[in-house]
Amino acid sequence: MRGAAIEIVDVNKWFGDFQALRDINLSIATGEKVVICGPSGSGKSTVVRCINRLEEHQSGTISFNGVELTNDPASVASIQGDIGMVFQQFNLFPHLTVIENLMLGPMKARGLSREEAVNRAKQYLERVRIPDQANKKPAHLSGGQQQRVAIARSLCMEPKVLLFDEPTSALDPEMIAEVLDVMEELAREGMTMIVVTHEMGFARKVADKMVFMDNGEIVEQAAPEDFFERPKTQRCQKFLSQILHH
Amino acid sequence: MRLLLALSLALLLTGCASSGTWGWYVINPATDTGWTNIKFLISGMGNTILISVIAAAISIVLGLLVALPGQSKKKGWRIVNRVYVELVRSIPLLPMLFWVFYGLPIVFKSMGLNIPIDPFWGAIITLAVSDSAFTAEIYRSGIQSIARGQSEAAQTIGLSYAQTMRYVILPQAIRRILPPLANQFIYIVKMSAFASVIGMQELTRRANELVVTEYRPLEIYSLLIVEYLVLVLVISAGVRWLERKMGSDERV
Ligand SMILES: Nc1ncnc2c1ncn2[C@@H]1O[C@H](COP(=O)(O)OP(=O)(O)O)[C@@H](O)[C@H]1O
Ligand SMILES: [Mg+2]
Repeated sequence: MRGAAIEIVDVNKWFGDFQALRDINLSIATGEKVVICGPSGSGKSTVVRCINRLEEHQSGTISFNGVELTNDPASVASIQGDIGMVFQQFNLFPHLTVIENLMLGPMKARGLSREEAVNRAKQYLERVRIPDQANKKPAHLSGGQQQRVAIARSLCMEPKVLLFDEPTSALDPEMIAEVLDVMEELAREGMTMIVVTHEMGFARKVADKMVFMDNGEIVEQAAPEDFFERPKTQRCQKFLSQILHH
Repeated sequence: MRLLLALSLALLLTGCASSGTWGWYVINPATDTGWTNIKFLISGMGNTILISVIAAAISIVLGLLVALPGQSKKKGWRIVNRVYVELVRSIPLLPMLFWVFYGLPIVFKSMGLNIPIDPFWGAIITLAVSDSAFTAEIYRSGIQSIARGQSEAAQTIGLSYAQTMRYVILPQAIRRILPPLANQFIYIVKMSAFASVIGMQELTRRANELVVTEYRPLEIYSLLIVEYLVLVLVISAGVRWLERKMGSDERV
């Protein structure tokens, strides 16, 4: 049994008076793939953003490889880069070329030389199958290509965990597959992944664990076979029937 | 702008026509006195430009130093930013100039420092500080115009706050910041006229001195206004050029 890469214990989070997360408990082992789904506003993004410290939680603990994450800048700095993140809106840097987007983190945060950073960037552009777009600005790429660049940008930091927050929700339908293919390949190579998505086909293929959230709570947590065939709660059944018949 | 120029020229010309009140001779470039006077008046231009440029350069750096704490997650830093901006914005330029020129040396002396403040640096410090509050606000709106996702993405690839600003936010904000910053330079040029009251030999001071000896305020101050007008028109043309250039870059 490998140790938990990420351990979330009794986490609560409020935005002002509004409680966005309620007693969240979730453990993600090294190499494990967890898919989180649930209706909009249920707190999926907030969970993911608390893991990489884009948001602060108010109670409970989140630890990464046995070290508790706090809001102290040193703790925040120690994980960023190790916990990569792919956003729904890509968030590429529009003023930089594709390859510069990929080189920035390795050079400035990891201290690689320009040459090392170029080599690493090319290697990961290869991995996401767009080696020929290196010198274009992101705006000249299709949405699917942009999201693959964003994945490559995260990979260039050689993270131990990759978080995905609805990575295909902003894409035209014909581009979803090319992004999911890249993600499946990462999964096969053993990357630890937490993916917020409504792509249930992808979830069935790669997930080791399914998590269903509603109203700031984790309502169900199960292996995919159980989750899809025998959902325990009515809320989850309803959600699945809506999403699968869509 | 062009209309303004034409208007002021027309004003001058009608002035010339009714030569009873308009003493063209004081600033008539064809006569020796006139030409000497004009040279004397224009000789202030160098200092006006010099103090404006140095003050603007300081203000650009100072404004950024003031703006950054305003973006902090820590409330204390944001308060520092707000207090500075509100305070500096509320102080009229002339009292601030007097305070810096006459008051600040006393403060320095009481601290055991012997730093004299001459009119040149007195004017520059005052203009720079006064302008920095506006510059800081220009940076603020420029930085805030960059979507939050940009700094979040920078964080997730391990960039520090300073690196995020340096490599991600400011390079994008700069095209929105530069035109208003250049515009702000016009404010400094106009406000630099106040430096005349502490004895700085710039455009306005020169005009005042000539008025005292020639008793021709209408002609001399008219020329003074034209001098500022030309200066400001040249700068505005530069700003518009910059805006076009920045704007066209954005579309790429
Ligand atoms: N910065 C914020 N300030 C206030 N409320 C927020 C903020 N971010 C999210 N929320 C609220 O928290 C709830 C959960 O949001 P989120 O985690 O984004 O949901 P999901 O990703 O599942 O759609 C929503 O009701 C949302 O309105
Ligand atoms: Mg979300």
